[in-house]
Amino acid sequence: MPGASDPGFDTLALHAGAAPDPATGARAVPIHLSTSFVFENSEHAASLFNMERSGHVYSRISNPTNAVLEERVAALEGGAGAIATASGQAALHLAIATLAGAGSHIVSSSALYGGSHNLLHYTLARFGIETTFVKPGDIAGWRAAIRPNTKLLFGETLGNPGLDVLDIPTVAAIAHEQHLPLLVDSTFTTPWLMKPFDHGADLVFHSATKFLSGHGTVIGGVLVDSGAFDWDAAHASSGRFAELAAPYDGFHGMVFSEESTVGAFLLRARREGLRDFGGCMSPHTAWLILQGVETLPLRMARHIENTRRVVEFLAGQPMVESIGYPELDTHPSHALAKRLLPRGCGSVFSFNLRGSREQGKAFIEALKIFSHLANVGDCRSLVIHPASTTHFRMDDVALAQAGITPGTIRLSIGLEEADDLIDDLKRALKVAEKAAGR
Amino acid sequence: MELTVDGRTAYAYTGGKSFDAALPCVVFIHGALNDHSVWTLLARWFAHHGHAVLALDLPGHGRSDGPPLADVEALADWLPALLDAAGVRKAALVGHSMGSLIALEAAARAPQRVERLVMLGTAVPMKVSDALMQTSLTQPLKAIDMVNAFSHAGTASKPSYPGPGSWLHGADRALMRRIQSGQPGLNLFHHDFGVCDRYAGGLAAAGKLRCPASVVIGSRDQMTSPKQTTAIVDALNARVLSVDAGHSMMSEAPDAVLAALRSALA
Repeated sequence: MPGASDPGFDTLALHAGAAPDPATGARAVPIHLSTSFVFENSEHAASLFNMERSGHVYSRISNPTNAVLEERVAALEGGAGAIATASGQAALHLAIATLAGAGSHIVSSSALYGGSHNLLHYTLARFGIETTFVKPGDIAGWRAAIRPNTKLLFGETLGNPGLDVLDIPTVAAIAHEQHLPLLVDSTFTTPWLMKPFDHGADLVFHSATKFLSGHGTVIGGVLVDSGAFDWDAAHASSGRFAELAAPYDGFHGMVFSEESTVGAFLLRARREGLRDFGGCMSPHTAWLILQGVETLPLRMARHIENTRRVVEFLAGQPMVESIGYPELDTHPSHALAKRLLPRGCGSVFSFNLRGSREQGKAFIEALKIFSHLANVGDCRSLVIHPASTTHFRMDDVALAQAGITPGTIRLSIGLEEADDLIDDLKRALKVAEKAAGR
Repeated sequence: MELTVDGRTAYAYTGGKSFDAALPCVVFIHGALNDHSVWTLLARWFAHHGHAVLALDLPGHGRSDGPPLADVEALADWLPALLDAAGVRKAALVGHSMGSLIALEAAARAPQRVERLVMLGTAVPMKVSDALMQTSLTQPLKAIDMVNAFSHAGTASKPSYPGPGSWLHGADRALMRRIQSGQPGLNLFHHDFGVCDRYAGGLAAAGKLRCPASVVIGSRDQMTSPKQTTAIVDALNARVLSVDAGHSMMSEAPDAVLAALRSALA
């Protein structure tokens, strides 16, 4: 598809990284469920292992189906390449493990998915990697938290649970002043709503389980590199990132930044991280996520359309105390959202129901279309009541500190008829109202 | 490895092996706004198959000191000086796009030092359209996107370069942006395009060659289309090798280009 510019987003969502299969003519991407790939001869085998030729050897390291997904997500993000991983958590771990080790330090937004917070606060600390958490809007705090051993800054495009919009241009500039990369979790926004690389981020990852897959069927992650961060310059100025800019004994003294000026991070992440940690994606999973990515533009438009309808409805309900959606001018990130997320702020948000925990539970149990479960980004609408599920061990004071009230409800708006979703919510609100005093 | 040429540091990637000037030497010369990393798979293959390899960063590009040299002729004179610094007496020259012009002119100026000439993605003359030249001057990032799009034949080249999972459009754009940003205060893209556009001595240079020459064309090349190679192929009496790729043939068809180079350098 040559031309004066790259193909557009919707075209890339369908075509990037894939062509009709030369062996069979299959138009859809084949699922290459093969652990290994035959060498043409001994010389070919040796040249693949020695990175003299490109190709697939063993599916823990790379696989043709996974490669299509990797190229496609990289294309949609405007990146240089990507690595598919077993989960979003595996993608985050791969990014960190490629750059950091014992004695390293991370500066992270405090508004994080619980799993990411656990990894940074508890698990990585056990391996000698320390994290300082900063409120995403505390710009001075980001700068002040950087230490000589800091290896990266990290945040979510839309932070958990309050949907704080990360000021990527400003935080990226702070990172780059210190020759540090900014890693962004873009799960809630997807490249359809925002491309973090356009705003200065250097690395992006997704829990592809959510909107990229879009159907609630698989667990997967994708880590994308912009190719823009200059690891050599950072190494020369600070001594950091010897992992990429100095000889690596684990690969015959290879200097990854010499092998690929813009692909060094991904080379090391794949050649070391996937090889040794093994957090790879199944080709079948990659295929299912590809099926989702092909309709991502259509689905995201509908997610946003439905979410705006639901938010508008809830805003007029007396039982609803407040809504945390950045498109509302009452949200603290409203101005940032207008600047960075003009197409919409995703379809996952929380609102506060007036009343008790019991009323919150009654509301959830009365819903018929919304499914009560722990996931987001499904084509089906989802709901969860944090006070009685994910945060049930907390008392009301602790909940308040976490930004959660007994009446906080999180919704993930799906692709159903918006009128049906509103009717479902309307009925459940009445039930919750009647549950007062129980 | 780093060499000192005319008092300035020049970087050459040696294919993952220590450089041994006693081995038959292959010199890889990149094109406009590129660096050595467009050659790394090929360079590694030749370095591990009996050759001494120098995949260069031209002056002002990547890891080599600036300033960039003014024209093809100056770069062709710089090349033998680099061979001197590396202790190489004779070498095969393999150049892509702008690099192919440098290789051609160097082979004409110092024919005694060149054993083979291989020109990939070439055209002689290599005129740049007025519109693109102007865009490269006023909106270099837009021009990078234009050239990047024109340089790729498709959106699914397998196997990806330098390894699976690479998105070639994005990686090549990132490389051009990186090389452009490496010379603050200078529009290197416009400079390199000017180097290509101004070079008028190609056909005359062809007459001075003493070594075998090959031309590798991308059958879907939109930057230097196959028909633009006719004059130089005739002038060199060159062997023509075709690969199914666009202008970015080393990344779009690394195996096919390897086969072509193995044949051309055999």
